[in-house]
Amino acid sequence: MKKKWAERIGFFLLSSAAVLVLFFLGIIIWDIFSKGVGVISWQFLTQAPREGMTEGGIFPAILGTFLVSLITVLFAVPLGMFAAIYLNEYALPGRTTRLIRLAIRNLSGVPSIVYGLFGVVLFVQMMKLGTSVLSAGLTLGLLTLPWTITASEEALKTVPKSYREGALALGATKWYAIRTNVLPYAIPGMLTGVILGLARAAGETAPILFTGAAFFLPHLPKSIFDQFMALPYHLYILATQHHDIAKVRPIAYGTALVLLCLILLLSTSAIYFRYRYRQRMRS
Amino acid sequence: MNSSVMNGKKIKMSTRELNFFYGKTPALKNISMEIPEKCVTALIGPSGCGKTTFLRCLNRMNDTIEGIRVQGEILLDDENIYHPEVDPVQVRKRVGMVFQKSNPFPKTIFENVAYGLRISGGYTKAQITDRVEKSLMGAALWDEVSDRLQESAMALSGGQQQRLCIARALAVEPEVILMDEPASALDPIATQKIEELIQILKKNYTIIIVTHNMQQAARVSDYTGFFYLGELIEVDRTDKIFTNPGKKRTEDYVTGRFG
Repeated sequence: MKKKWAERIGFFLLSSAAVLVLFFLGIIIWDIFSKGVGVISWQFLTQAPREGMTEGGIFPAILGTFLVSLITVLFAVPLGMFAAIYLNEYALPGRTTRLIRLAIRNLSGVPSIVYGLFGVVLFVQMMKLGTSVLSAGLTLGLLTLPWTITASEEALKTVPKSYREGALALGATKWYAIRTNVLPYAIPGMLTGVILGLARAAGETAPILFTGAAFFLPHLPKSIFDQFMALPYHLYILATQHHDIAKVRPIAYGTALVLLCLILLLSTSAIYFRYRYRQRMRS
Repeated sequence: MNSSVMNGKKIKMSTRELNFFYGKTPALKNISMEIPEKCVTALIGPSGCGKTTFLRCLNRMNDTIEGIRVQGEILLDDENIYHPEVDPVQVRKRVGMVFQKSNPFPKTIFENVAYGLRISGGYTKAQITDRVEKSLMGAALWDEVSDRLQESAMALSGGQQQRLCIARALAVEPEVILMDEPASALDPIATQKIEELIQILKKNYTIIIVTHNMQQAARVSDYTGFFYLGELIEVDRTDKIFTNPGKKRTEDYVTGRFG
């Protein structure tokens, strides 16, 4: 009898911990949704801010976040994928490989503000790319690299060794075997990791703060060497830096809702890709 | 093996004092063996005796494993395939391989067979179609799949998958086909089909088959080599190995006294 009670209490504690997590997520989403949905309109999504950001929409911030994400993907995906291919298919186990893996794991623990400062030094100053879409995108790219590499490696590991051996036994070179008989089956899995990395990057403020994001711009970025507005930074400004915080509060909530939806969309598509991929591997 | 055993048959492959190491552990010791052309040579022996390692030396598949070392020579038509200037990729085009566990690629049946042809390229579409058909016929699979070449190879039964892997190997027109326990995961009927197929294939190909199943070795092979603890104990005509082996240890093994 006593044992049963202990079991019940244990079960209750464990399940309430799980429910509590869901509860907090629910509150956050509910809070943002209920306070933000009122300002969402076609105009809000397609117009620029007006009257000192107290009127108008957030289109420049949406576009900015989109452009920066594009640079991030273009930079981090090939680099991350190639690094993963090297590590998983070519690198001999040894001290160097271990060191590289350790470095990658540590990179994912580096605070994002440090990435931001690093981006300023490397991209903005040393490479003279200025505070721009490009610098910010590259900085965010660095931030997502650990995700991209790790996910890509995991995806490569799920492709059976027999696919590689089968291709080699038919007279394929190693690279041909990887290209035609490993990568096609790993790419959906890689994509999942990339999207999740991107979902994190798109919501980051610190790395773009010094590398290209602007407080306010009267025009859209004309090229990737221009400064830009971004959703997370815009939200930060509206929430804490604006001279009339009370007045712009609904816009801030609307911005938060758009950002949240964007990230949920990314995550959902990642889950969908993974699902489709697993279905295909099973059949 | 002395040439009297071979009855004057042409030797397709031979190894000379082959030693093989995983790191520092020797896996093959001083193996000298001749493989006659267009015959079936079976390699038998208890688990871990080195027969699979030996087989994978013959098309340099072991090259993909780290920390291995090979000493001695393996001749394919009098050319040492371990010569530093020989490209293992070219060796594997001439010496095909069928694995223990059938490993169709998750592509269509057609693309599985065409895979090897696409590697070297230079074939027209008609040539590829033609070769795929011939290879599937050669592997006795054509009648079962001719109407569904565009379906996934993963939907085939185990036995069909293994014959597909044989067809895939045939498509690149190898001279030698290595088979690593090709029927060990199959049911008796599928096994019988593979064995019948081997009898047909040996008219055109040199076949070397590793098997755990001694009845299978007795049924399908012309010559049998017995491996034990990394050594080639004996190799001779199959009927002789199974009825009147020259070494006591071979006799113990084939009569089931150990193994």
